[in-house]
Amino acid sequence: MVKQVSQEKINQLQRTAKKLSRQIIEMTTKAGSGHPSSSLSMIDILMVLYFGEIMHYRPDEPDWPDRDRFILSKGHGVPGLYAVMAEAGYFDPNLLMSLREIGSPLEGHPNMRMLPGLEASTGSLGQGLSIGLGHALAARVDKSDYRVYVMIGDGEADEGQIWEAAMSASKFKANNLIAILDYNKFQQTGAVRDVMPALEPLVEKWISFGWAVYEINGHDYREIFDALHSTRKAEDRPQIIIAHTLKGHGLSPFEKDDVNRKHGKPLNEEEKQIALEELENYDYGKTISSVELRPTR
Amino acid sequence: MNIGKKIGLSYGPPTRNAFGEALREIGHQNENLVVLDGDVGNSTRTNYFRDDFPDRFFNVGIAESNMIGVASGMWAAGKDVLAASFACFLMCNAYDQIRMSIAFPRANVKLVGSHSGISIGEDGPSQMGIEDLALASALPNFTVIFPADAPSAKSATLAMFEIDGPVYLRTMRPEVPIIYQDDFDFQIGKANQLRDGSDVTLIACGLMVAASLEAAQVLHEEGIEARVLDMHTIKLLDIDAVEHAARRTGAIVTAEEHVLHGGLGAAVAQAVTNRFPVPMGFVGIDNTYAESGEPEELLEKYGLMPEDIVEKAHLAINKKLALRGV
Repeated sequence: MVKQVSQEKINQLQRTAKKLSRQIIEMTTKAGSGHPSSSLSMIDILMVLYFGEIMHYRPDEPDWPDRDRFILSKGHGVPGLYAVMAEAGYFDPNLLMSLREIGSPLEGHPNMRMLPGLEASTGSLGQGLSIGLGHALAARVDKSDYRVYVMIGDGEADEGQIWEAAMSASKFKANNLIAILDYNKFQQTGAVRDVMPALEPLVEKWISFGWAVYEINGHDYREIFDALHSTRKAEDRPQIIIAHTLKGHGLSPFEKDDVNRKHGKPLNEEEKQIALEELENYDYGKTISSVELRPTR
Repeated sequence: MNIGKKIGLSYGPPTRNAFGEALREIGHQNENLVVLDGDVGNSTRTNYFRDDFPDRFFNVGIAESNMIGVASGMWAAGKDVLAASFACFLMCNAYDQIRMSIAFPRANVKLVGSHSGISIGEDGPSQMGIEDLALASALPNFTVIFPADAPSAKSATLAMFEIDGPVYLRTMRPEVPIIYQDDFDFQIGKANQLRDGSDVTLIACGLMVAASLEAAQVLHEEGIEARVLDMHTIKLLDIDAVEHAARRTGAIVTAEEHVLHGGLGAAVAQAVTNRFPVPMGFVGIDNTYAESGEPEELLEKYGLMPEDIVEKAHLAINKKLALRGV
């Protein structure tokens, strides 16, 4: 029986998600670089992980040994994680606007030595799932019951190391390891289906590697909650949530870019104003219905 | 192999075996230690640890990149971690993972690369780690160690766990000459002077330490006195020992079973240039891959024998004398 979440809770999370989306857009525009669309595509999932009572963590004790871990393997999406961490209380939200400035702990990609609460230094793609597996196996050795969540990108799954990690996690029956694949359909130079058509069939790939697979709409809070609650049940295998998302969260300045949804590009001032206005009257239902759920080759 | 036999050195176990024994010993003392293997544990000798501690040993399959990521995660989760494979597969296959997940976050992870150099012999160049010292040395935060024999490999294995940070330890496949007594003083970052002399200094690591001792004896018979330093620590180099050798002997020859670029010779040359420039000579693998063959045949063909060190010593001494106008 999957736990029911109140509509009130979902409304509250969506309001906060909109605030953090504004911060993502504002901090990357101010920095003049960064990956806002890659941050926005996963923001709803991060909201549920951090504020939906899924992950256990202590912002005032970031190294608490029994904490659940979140590893952002797609490190370029870190503005989204910074916004979430500030909201959670890891650091002063005023720091967000120092993104990418020299001396700021908010580097362009996650640097675990600069900011307590970051679990891994990432940015060279393909590596976070292995790191997550390391945490998961350490938990087993130490007889701890924390869980490890790893966010990977769709383009990132081009990397061979993802599949090395997938195989070995399956071998070790790492049931405390939960991968989330942010399937926003675009990578740096184009659509995933063009750059790497053989990424599909994705669900079948993970099943064949011995993982339990959940496929969801990554902007639908009920589906996100249901999947994350399901992964908390005992399984004898690692689990992955394949989350279909919109790179840029459906905001028009990103949607207008048919090549890569402004991958690695901040919005200019004019585009920023448009996006912020759209966020004011944001319609989650429209976003959810725009998500492409079953891509074909 | 016969290197060192002329001067009475006897052969002992491979350094990889000594490492494996020491690792097992540490496993008994340190319950927090976990060991990762890329399915070559019976070659690297991490299987000695596996035999005693199967629950703390993880064979991730033939997947070095993944192994390094797992190592980093286990470190971040609080474990003491060692990961091992062949030197070439570890350093070359997983280099970016070592950069991002070990060096960059200063992970307290110990890496061990076995089957270094060309003295692995018949398996050929695809299995020979000849670039690994340069690759490891290029990584910020890394300490790089290459012991010469079984006793020092054991000491180095024990000592590297005293360092809070990433270490690369290089081991060898074949049986090699014993240089040290079991209870000798080994310190990471401190060269061991094995022979004193005032005409030239031979600075070597690994198997080339025995070759240098043999070369020193040949030089002695010619009336040339060579100082010999075992520079087992390539990064965290004993710069003071290098400077002292340069000042006292005025000529230096380095010898290593590694490419000439970026290894021991390059590190020593940098130290010499910084502290006290003197003529130098370099014995190593000169911009080439080797081939299959018997270890000693290969060492001869690729210029890594005692006579090669003697020849480079003559050239360095001649340069020194020419500079002095002798």
